[in-house]
Amino acid sequence: MSKERIKISEDLYDIMPSDYQDLVKSATYGKEDRGWKDIGNSKELIEQHSLCAGCPESMAFRYILASLPNPEDTVMVGSTGCTSLVFPMVAVHNIHSLFGNQNAIASGLKRALSVRFPGRTKDVVVLAGDGATVDIGLDMTLQAWFRQEKFTTICFDNELYANTGGQESGLMQKGFVAKMAPVGKLFDKVRLPEIARESGCHYVVQCTVSKPSLIEKVVRNAVMISREIGPTYLQLYTPCILEIGKNSMEGLQEMRDSEKPTERFAYKEFISEPAKELLAELAAKDKEKKAAAKQLAAQGA
Amino acid sequence: MADTHSVIGTKNKKGQTFTDTWEMLNEAPRTPSFFTGSEVIKEALRRASCDVMIAYPITPQSEAAALIGELFAEGYIGDYFRGESEFAVMSQCAGAAFGGARVFTTTAGPGTMRAMENFPMWAGARLPIQMIVTCRGINSPLSIQPDTLEIAYLLNTGMLVWHAETAQDFFDWILKGYMVSEEPDVHLPLALCCDGFFVTHTKDVVNLTPADMCLPPYDPYRSPVPCMDMECPPVRMMRDPFVMKSNYISYATHASWQQEVWAAVERSRKHTIRWINGLIETENIDAEVLIVSSGTAVSQGREAIRLLEDEGISCGLVKIKSLRPWPGEEIREATKNAKHIIVPEFNVTGWLAKEIKASIPNSDRVNAGPHVCGGMTMPPEIIVSEIKTLLGMRTMSLAGRGS
Repeated sequence: MSKERIKISEDLYDIMPSDYQDLVKSATYGKEDRGWKDIGNSKELIEQHSLCAGCPESMAFRYILASLPNPEDTVMVGSTGCTSLVFPMVAVHNIHSLFGNQNAIASGLKRALSVRFPGRTKDVVVLAGDGATVDIGLDMTLQAWFRQEKFTTICFDNELYANTGGQESGLMQKGFVAKMAPVGKLFDKVRLPEIARESGCHYVVQCTVSKPSLIEKVVRNAVMISREIGPTYLQLYTPCILEIGKNSMEGLQEMRDSEKPTERFAYKEFISEPAKELLAELAAKDKEKKAAAKQLAAQGA
Repeated sequence: MADTHSVIGTKNKKGQTFTDTWEMLNEAPRTPSFFTGSEVIKEALRRASCDVMIAYPITPQSEAAALIGELFAEGYIGDYFRGESEFAVMSQCAGAAFGGARVFTTTAGPGTMRAMENFPMWAGARLPIQMIVTCRGINSPLSIQPDTLEIAYLLNTGMLVWHAETAQDFFDWILKGYMVSEEPDVHLPLALCCDGFFVTHTKDVVNLTPADMCLPPYDPYRSPVPCMDMECPPVRMMRDPFVMKSNYISYATHASWQQEVWAAVERSRKHTIRWINGLIETENIDAEVLIVSSGTAVSQGREAIRLLEDEGISCGLVKIKSLRPWPGEEIREATKNAKHIIVPEFNVTGWLAKEIKASIPNSDRVNAGPHVCGGMTMPPEIIVSEIKTLLGMRTMSLAGRGS
């Protein structure tokens, strides 16, 4: 799809919703260097959301959607949970079907798009919570990685089941007292980043969403690597401020506190050898392009 | 977006000619071939212009699923892989169908049950996936033998459900099934069921269409819901997500969508009648005694009718081909003169007899049974015995039935 596809017939322009008009006028489909800095200057691909006030997940959504390298040809797959409250307001095609089957849906989807559009780029990005990714859907999460399916899996890790009211999840910290963990969780937080690496992911990052520039970088890397090489995995801490007893304005600080080098969300990264080569290639191309642009600008001057 | 020129008459990469389906199935020459049911599934798929097939091993469909893998290796199928479980496979099928592919899969018994959560989702998402169900036991202790209980669970999913009697039904209905499923006013998944082993693992003469003809490809832009491929505008689908809302608009939306799915099942009726030549087939329905059934129980019924004829007893037959849409009106008409309606079934609960009873006046005419289950065969003699008992005639006691 190109931006042409979302154009409105002149006769119908005035009856289209204003958010759609904005999408046509100033969204960033097709913009090559799109990124988090577009937020505020252009129409975002998320309209509104019905998450709690101050929810870090809403920040994460905005950064990710601003950073997708190719939203005009990207299809997202969600799952049941807080994310499913947001997806209806997202301006890329997205699928919700069942709880936990997101990586299975994405496997079939990616293959169908490859059969139907040979030689064209169609990115698939999964975005689901930790219950969907690690508990009910773990089998399908891992099997998609074993099969080297070419799509990106993003997990919003809020360390519990938020949408159903704060129950224990596999990514919850040991000892945390929650619903369904009345005496505290009895086992450790599941080490999915390590499992992802061992399961064949070519790019694995664990971080918080406190820094938009970092999210832009890792989302872009993850999508580019999954497009060319194989599965990639991002685990992003998006604390559920409601369930950990914080106020609306405290989400950012919670993330900053949890990403310190000694804390459980210290930046963690794994890049396979072929992925390293690809990233180096992309960086070299980027450098070349910038140099050419600089030269062109100098000539013009 | 949707292509405006026809592909009919052009060739695919295997040299097959995209052919008008009606012409291919009703007018093109047929070649009699001696095949197992599994091989027949493969031959149908060779001609189906299928984009994605996803497989998982479970008896008795494993052979068919593996044979379709051979078709993929030969280049007849766009993509093919083995999923990790039936639940995952049916979700992978959904993903492929959301992405605009013509999708095929096969399953059986416990696999059908494991995947069950997917089926109302397929129907609700209006995905015209075709799933072959080679029915087998779902009980514990573990059984791999024929048993049709799983069909009962599929009847309320919103899927179309057809029940094949023979391998010939299977061959034709796989191809015709896509034509019904993919109609814009239907656009629903089809569970094409057969009785495992009896159909899949026995050889029969099947008249095949020419191998160099294939179905026109699926056009996802005729779907009543947007195809998830970012080739059309990503409209904002709703003001608020309906999932968590407890209000009238949310309830009304879900209610009307469920009604629409079942209205689509109803709308499939006219297409189904046209393609498979009626939802039922009848023979000698003026007789006082009628056998009404589906699947291979129909074949056993035919044999019983022959045995009864030898004794001068006239008995008619109603073969139910489509269970969803349900041929209530047709059954009512076909059974209006019958005094005794015998419903033999390969399952313990007699779900088909219950459906029939709910559809006709004077339902005490319905005799639910004989039933066999757990993999037992149904000798025509037990149908004969059941009928003679109903008619107040003396009957030989059969082994295993007590006195």
